[in-house]
Amino acid sequence: MDTSNQISTYIATEILKQPKRVIKPDEKLISSGLIDSFHLVDLGLFVEDTFGVRIDDSELSAETFDTVAQLVKLIDERK
Amino acid sequence: MSESEGRNFAQVLLAHAEQTPDRVAIHLVQNKLADLPITYSQLVHNSSAYAQRLMEAGVRAGDVVVLILQHGESLLYAFWGAVLHGAVPSILPWLTDKLSPEKYRHDLVALIEITQPAAIVTYAEFASEVDQAVAQASLMPRVLTVTGSNSTLKSNAAPPYFQTFSGLQRHADDLALLQHSSGSTGLQKGVALSHQAVFNQLASYAGAIQLSASDVICSWLPLYHDMGFIAAFVMPVLMGVPLVLMSPFEWVRAPARLLLLITQYGGTLCWLPNFAFNFMAQKIRERDLAGIQLNSMRAFINCSEPTYAASHALFAQKFAPYGLQAGTLTTCYAMAENVFAVAQSGFDQATRVETRQGAALLSAGKPLPNVRVQILDEQRQTVSDGQIGEIAIQSNCMLTGYFHREDLTTATLHEGWFLTGDLGYLSEGELFVTGRKKDLIIVGGKNVYPQDLERLASDVPGVHPGRVVAFGVPNEASGTEDVIVVAETDIADEDERYRVSDAVRQSITQNSDVAVRVVKLVEPMWLLKTSSGKLARGANREKYLAETQAASTT
Repeated sequence: MDTSNQISTYIATEILKQPKRVIKPDEKLISSGLIDSFHLVDLGLFVEDTFGVRIDDSELSAETFDTVAQLVKLIDERK
Repeated sequence: MSESEGRNFAQVLLAHAEQTPDRVAIHLVQNKLADLPITYSQLVHNSSAYAQRLMEAGVRAGDVVVLILQHGESLLYAFWGAVLHGAVPSILPWLTDKLSPEKYRHDLVALIEITQPAAIVTYAEFASEVDQAVAQASLMPRVLTVTGSNSTLKSNAAPPYFQTFSGLQRHADDLALLQHSSGSTGLQKGVALSHQAVFNQLASYAGAIQLSASDVICSWLPLYHDMGFIAAFVMPVLMGVPLVLMSPFEWVRAPARLLLLITQYGGTLCWLPNFAFNFMAQKIRERDLAGIQLNSMRAFINCSEPTYAASHALFAQKFAPYGLQAGTLTTCYAMAENVFAVAQSGFDQATRVETRQGAALLSAGKPLPNVRVQILDEQRQTVSDGQIGEIAIQSNCMLTGYFHREDLTTATLHEGWFLTGDLGYLSEGELFVTGRKKDLIIVGGKNVYPQDLERLASDVPGVHPGRVVAFGVPNEASGTEDVIVVAETDIADEDERYRVSDAVRQSITQNSDVAVRVVKLVEPMWLLKTSSGKLARGANREKYLAETQAASTT
């Protein structure tokens, strides 16, 4: 599974509890209210554990990434 | 604190500024800036500028002043400035990024209509938002503005001038504060508290937790909620106990920072809602704990939502290697209507655990010496020890009333007893809280009225208006309740259903203080009604749980 799919699956299954759902790469996650601040921390930990890339606490906001595609880009840049 | 008899907040604050002007009242932790120590002298000096502004704006002693300010210096000074002026301050939650401005404005109009504040203090850049709400209200409070969350107003006040503060003339029985819980319903229900009620609570609670001037309180709690507001703001400032105050927004992103502050300042007391014990145990990385020392802590006090032994166990396991002492995890049962604490565990003996129907229940401890607790049955008769009923309380620190809501005040008082709406029992003099009679959801310590969430979901196209229930379900992993929304829809198409459930989720996230965990769309007639035709939240919650259980076991 590629990075984008892994993140999308994690969000659908663990955060939204809608396992059959597909999150589109350009779907707004944070500014739309789909992911709240507490689950954002979970997402940050998931990214760190899965891809070995650290996202600093202060970066957990819509300004750093707001879509799966933007998050993938951030991960790729730091790998 | 018997010396506070017949006194008021302004007198007590000024006494600190006169007797210990250079003592630090608050260490304000600021994002990306050095911590700011604020002495009593500075606190009074900077606050007096706000008192002056309120006076110049024609605000009179006894008038309500609403504060819409972020965590920062201006909020602290505006609050104590209102106190010095003799006004009745009420701190409102700040409009966060996730909230929709329209909804915020709507709630603000509702608040203004009932509370009738004489002034609203906010930032210049937020004033247009507030002005729009004010324009929709039938009476128009003055909107006073400050620039930036760390700005201070120029003050001409010097010690001789202090004696002219109208706050010094307030009577002990006059209103000191208004506290609101969140949402449209909560904002129309301001808990009004007198100076004397607050002093009585502080004297009694300080005894229960053996508070002294050598304590250091560390907190990330918001000031618009009773736990943070009373235990980690009003109490330390009025009782001369140093407070280290960080922002809730920063804590969510960097929870380890709180432990670092405890280490740096030698923190001794910290109040947390139950979920924070899980959150900190689960989310903080070991590498962020380098150098953390929690030996100085006398107590972490678990309060403002149902408490779980499992949450304490997680926390103890994670932080014992960092100096967390056995017996320092305690519980408190509190409510704004009693100013704050009703009962507190853990200071004279370890917090007791009782097993009831297979569940480990944490004791909330003994009622405070000034609080009487009764457990009542459906007929409002006292039940015997060990039997579950509604918790009713009586004390010398109860609310004066719900502000401008005589109807609500009458409904919740029964022969001088305040009916809490919580369920529990007494055992060997200690109180155990088991659940709630009222339909209230408590998430992360925040009280949420289900009707507010149901109204929002009802407005989503595709949802049958009025055919929605919202309720909370405890989640052991997170240590708090999950918000569940069940809504009826005719729509069968799967993609279309995702759109509807997303819209429900989004509407609630943006228009309330909480996020929804599960949106379950069901076919028409799924929801159960009571005999009087109203949707029964409890019965539908049971039905939802039964279906979820069945689905997970097949």
